Amino acid sequence: MPEPHEPAEGAVAGTGMGGAMDLAASEATTLAAGEAGAGPGAGPGGGPRGGPSAPARSLWSDAWRDLRRNPVFLVSGLIILFLVLISLWPSAITSGDPLDCDLANAQKGSSPGHPFGFNGQGCDVYTRTVYGARASVTVGVCATLGVAVLGSVLGGLAGFFGGVWDAILSRITDVFFAIPVVLGGLVLLSVVTSNTVWPVIGFMVLLGWPQISRIARGSVITAKQHDYVQAARALGASNARMLLRHIAPNAVAPVIVVATIALGTYIALEATLSYLGVGLKPPTVSWGIDISAASQYIRNAPHMLLWPAGALAVTVLAFIMLGDAVRDALDPKLR
Amino acid sequence: MGRYVIRRLLQMIPVFIGATLLIFLMVNVMGDPVAGLCGDRRCDPATAARLKKEFGLDKPVWQQYATYMGNVFTGDFGTAFNGQKVTELMSTAFPVTIRLTLVAIVFEIAIGITLGVLTGLRRGRPVDTAVLILTLVVISVPTFVTGLLLQLFLGVEWGVIKPSVSSEATVDELIVPGLVLASVSLAYVTRLTRTSIAENRRADYVRTAVAKGLPRRRVITRHLLRNSLIPVVTFIGTDVGALMGGAIVTERIFNIHGVGFQLYQGILRQSTQTVVGFVTVLVLVFLMANLIVDLLYAVLDPRIRYA
Repeated sequence: MPEPHEPAEGAVAGTGMGGAMDLAASEATTLAAGEAGAGPGAGPGGGPRGGPSAPARSLWSDAWRDLRRNPVFLVSGLIILFLVLISLWPSAITSGDPLDCDLANAQKGSSPGHPFGFNGQGCDVYTRTVYGARASVTVGVCATLGVAVLGSVLGGLAGFFGGVWDAILSRITDVFFAIPVVLGGLVLLSVVTSNTVWPVIGFMVLLGWPQISRIARGSVITAKQHDYVQAARALGASNARMLLRHIAPNAVAPVIVVATIALGTYIALEATLSYLGVGLKPPTVSWGIDISAASQYIRNAPHMLLWPAGALAVTVLAFIMLGDAVRDALDPKLR
Repeated sequence: MGRYVIRRLLQMIPVFIGATLLIFLMVNVMGDPVAGLCGDRRCDPATAARLKKEFGLDKPVWQQYATYMGNVFTGDFGTAFNGQKVTELMSTAFPVTIRLTLVAIVFEIAIGITLGVLTGLRRGRPVDTAVLILTLVVISVPTFVTGLLLQLFLGVEWGVIKPSVSSEATVDELIVPGLVLASVSLAYVTRLTRTSIAENRRADYVRTAVAKGLPRRRVITRHLLRNSLIPVVTFIGTDVGALMGGAIVTERIFNIHGVGFQLYQGILRQSTQTVVGFVTVLVLVFLMANLIVDLLYAVLDPRIRYA
């Protein structure tokens, strides 16, 4: 039965059976290129790869080595570190209160002490932009963790045990894939009255897990056919031991890659839902809410929209770049 | 081929039932379907009970779902909150959204594949790097921000387009909204084509074609492009459903009275029939698009045969 195809992974699938050798060849060339690029920085310690003196490196230490040398990773990592810090301690770089607004200042442009100007309610746009990071980062991180855990457990178990449960799970993921995400969000969240971030996170986990579960299922199926798993089975290892000790460490890389890229898209989705009026609700400070409010006054005071929109774009960009860098490090043949 | 299509159609049935049931439950169980009928005020209990009885809402949910689906398959999608037939709303809304989606797909194909081929053939050159950075930026800026910014600059500041689309929504009015709707997918198409082209460029059949002295143009269009477009066609096909569902944001920005607009109104007014009806059609579109993509495989890639 032809499986539904993953758009993101399609490039590899398209090579087909005949391309296996090309793929191996291209992997070798990219690896060689990677080594050559790392050469000058490696210094005298960087011996020939696979030589008798070179210590054995695991996938993870190898990936970490690649990442530390990747400027994309360093830049996006610094941006994300900064975002996490200001969402934990927003008062570190702003002394204002995001809910302290004076209507007399409504829509005013920038002035000393208020570099980004004021919004429609007369709140300081700079303060609100800084405080807005918290909602976005919380939603992104919590939704990704939830999706990754739920998706990889369900997908991994289905891939490992196969049979009826696998078939049922595949049909369930098909059902979730058939529902447009923004639409599902509008329907489900329009009845929620709570103004915390949790309904939004719950919704993202509910509609996001099938994506990860498909990836996890595929990669567990690949991993369980490897010789070392067969060897472990022949030695009498229990299912739990095989899954946790042998399969999981070798199947988790694609999940991490997809989850990191998804984190950025969840932040964008939260903002989109807030823009449509069903995401986060007002006392929470969120870029989506601010952009939505500012869009009505876009002719008179575009600065109210541009600052939170810029912050949102940089945040999403940072997470997507991080995901790209992690993918390059963990899976050189996808480069 | 025929048997494959029948098997796929049969497989669609559980997915269709599952997806529509899920939406039906979300709308009916979580919301209060009669609340919308009383306008902004709260219904008094007697009226609510009478309305519930009238619409069969006092019956168990599975029975309501069965009745609803029975009606849908006889072409009766029910009535919206203002007494209009849902099918009437659909007949005005769907043509607009289909036009918008077509414009978006034309952009995806024309710009996305062209850029993808250009960058895939020039990997590592400045053009490649520039386009890659551009696609990253486009992916990172959420659609509603892109839309609002284009509306601000093109529509308000420079006056190139009208900021909002008229109710006829002709194709020339839909060019900018179509570009906005396509933007994120456009970037994905570019990257996917680029990866695919770059990978297949080293394939044996390309080397053979070059060795036998075919002109470069013919190698690229007949051999390289045809093989590299398979994953791209998959993506664009599955994207049709996503575009029509995602048009809700674009339609809101540019005030286009399409599917997204009707759905948004339906959700605001808690009109169960409108929401479930439109979503049912969208789910069907998504499933059919997937089937067509899988059949197109056999056309594009003769190695694939469906028994």
